[in-house]
Amino acid sequence: MVSQTSQRIDALKAEGRPALIGYLPCGFPSVARSIKAVTAMIDAGVDIVELGLPYSDPVMDGPVIQRASEAALAGGTRVRDVFTVVEAVRAYSPQTPVLVMSYFNPVLRYGVDAFARDLAAAGGAGLITPDLVPDEGAQWLAAAEAHDLDRVFLVAPSSTPARLELTSAASRGFVYAASHMGVTGARDSVDEAARRLVEATRQAGAERVCLGLGVTTAEHASLVGRFADGVIVGSAFVNALSVDEEWPARLDALTAVAHHFAEGVANSRKA
Amino acid sequence: MTTSLSRHPGPYFGDYGGRWVPEALIAALDELEAAYRAAAADPTFWAQLTDLHKNYVGRPSPLTEAPKFAQHCGAEAGNRVFLKREDLNHTGSHKINNVLGQALLARRMGKTRLIAETGAGQHGVATATAAALFDMDCVIYMGEEDTRRQALNVSRMRLLGAEVVPVTIGQRTLKDAINEALRAWVTDLETTHYLIGTVTGPHPFPEMVREFHNVIGNEARAQIQEKMGRLPDALVACVGGGSNALGLFNAFLDDPDVQIFGFEGGGHGVESGRHSARFAGGAVPGVIHGAKSYLMQDEDGQTLPSHSISAGLDYPSVGPEHSWLHDIGRATYRPILDTEAMEAFRILSQTEGIIPALESSHALAGAIKVGTELAAGGQRDQIIIVNLSGRGDKDVATASKYFGLLDAGVELGPEGGDL
Repeated sequence: MVSQTSQRIDALKAEGRPALIGYLPCGFPSVARSIKAVTAMIDAGVDIVELGLPYSDPVMDGPVIQRASEAALAGGTRVRDVFTVVEAVRAYSPQTPVLVMSYFNPVLRYGVDAFARDLAAAGGAGLITPDLVPDEGAQWLAAAEAHDLDRVFLVAPSSTPARLELTSAASRGFVYAASHMGVTGARDSVDEAARRLVEATRQAGAERVCLGLGVTTAEHASLVGRFADGVIVGSAFVNALSVDEEWPARLDALTAVAHHFAEGVANSRKA
Repeated sequence: MTTSLSRHPGPYFGDYGGRWVPEALIAALDELEAAYRAAAADPTFWAQLTDLHKNYVGRPSPLTEAPKFAQHCGAEAGNRVFLKREDLNHTGSHKINNVLGQALLARRMGKTRLIAETGAGQHGVATATAAALFDMDCVIYMGEEDTRRQALNVSRMRLLGAEVVPVTIGQRTLKDAINEALRAWVTDLETTHYLIGTVTGPHPFPEMVREFHNVIGNEARAQIQEKMGRLPDALVACVGGGSNALGLFNAFLDDPDVQIFGFEGGGHGVESGRHSARFAGGAVPGVIHGAKSYLMQDEDGQTLPSHSISAGLDYPSVGPEHSWLHDIGRATYRPILDTEAMEAFRILSQTEGIIPALESSHALAGAIKVGTELAAGGQRDQIIIVNLSGRGDKDVATASKYFGLLDAGVELGPEGGDL
């Protein structure tokens, strides 16, 4: 029972830096190109991949990721494509854990155990579940246990100490701390509440806490990296990939942004 | 497990219901549930609500016998049809019952702002009305597509002082408006109450909304006892999310001799793929908008577009308690075609002088089916109660186009539904 994600975070911690966790939606702008984009992001310094499964009703996402998901679905992306992308990325970079981020209904429809089985077979590290709380998670927790997968649940600034404990106990890999109350997308700042949430989550028993939502600039990422075990960046990467240019230029834009964030994260704990 | 069906508490109705939401909402839902339980146990709260029902809404709503309409429902076998007149409520539908309950609760909780989703605009109008009455800010989320189809209700909401936000993502209809309202609620939980308009959403909404609509069935039960000296044989209602239906059904769930029928938007027919028939159309359970329930979805779990001539029934899922009542066989759910609903709309208008909402027209078409079938099966003297959940003023443009009632060259503004 070894968590790829925990191992990676711990190895980076030993090097004196937090993990950079990069989000991109599967199938955006196509399945083949999303593989290119993810591997480019890894080459630019992303340590752990969060691969989004496009969904028709993404209630936690802001406009940037909503539009990308919509485009991926319009392009014909299927649930099973996520396993293809995981497999390709793992073949390209065996040391990079790939977590899938999915709203729960596609998993439920696929069959919770079957999804876990196929994700594990593809080499996936586990699942981030933005609209599943551990209270409703019995089926997923059993499947994750059976197939040795990480389960990353979210905590929010509104979470009570009791809920932080419940969520920390149910999670494996890390606990995803949402920096603020709202959806994914750009923010002006990452405030003190984010730091307090990470600390409170640790006190509630979480070994590893990574922070996401609204980490918009490399400066934010550097700041967050001082107190969190990992920094999760999504919309900033999707934005880079969404510019109105030819594909190679979009890939270059993504690479440049990811590189910039990687530098920010690498420097976060240096005086 | 309680033995009483009509007092069944959330969060679960069988395997359905629950809280399939982001963690960020849990604290707000806990706060809401605690406030609701406290209010429900407080006679002052119910006294305030009852006073509003009587003096603001115009309750009790009448139970009107419809003998000429009953000619189409097996009157030759002695069947009698009674209409529960929610169309006569202030703002024109049953929606106001739930809205006033939740708005009172929000005020008790110290909230200063109401947000809501709306499809046809009826729930948005009712919420904007309560916000005006209680001096609260109000924002209504409405799919861009629906703001065009229901421009009159957009104006009504704005006249009442509400801000209407068109939602431009997804299918740009009701389900996307709910997504956007949920997103907006998370950012402002301190000041804002999300006033969900039907018996769905995360716990405690399905139970709470049902309780605020209980007044429909409680009144109907007393009224039919007074008129006929006995309980009805059948209840009939339309089911979108299902709040008017549960409002009527709930008071009779523990009376096994009362048959219960819910009618869904059958659109162009289930085989056409253009319908809102969750139960009859082969939908399977899924999770959306915070609840597990029957859900129209493709084999990947992506939500399928729904269709009904009636915007209020045009929703791909259904309140979780209905899924449970379906599975345990306590209620029967069947589809009504757009064409059948329009025929019932015409019949009621011309036989009884009552223009029903297109949603309620599905219930009326259902009453024709149920009454005819009971008579054909040899039953006699059946009493049928139909929930006339709303009035049809908002649907006049749709009906005029459908029946070709306009003189050449005359425009009647936007349609009330998707033809």
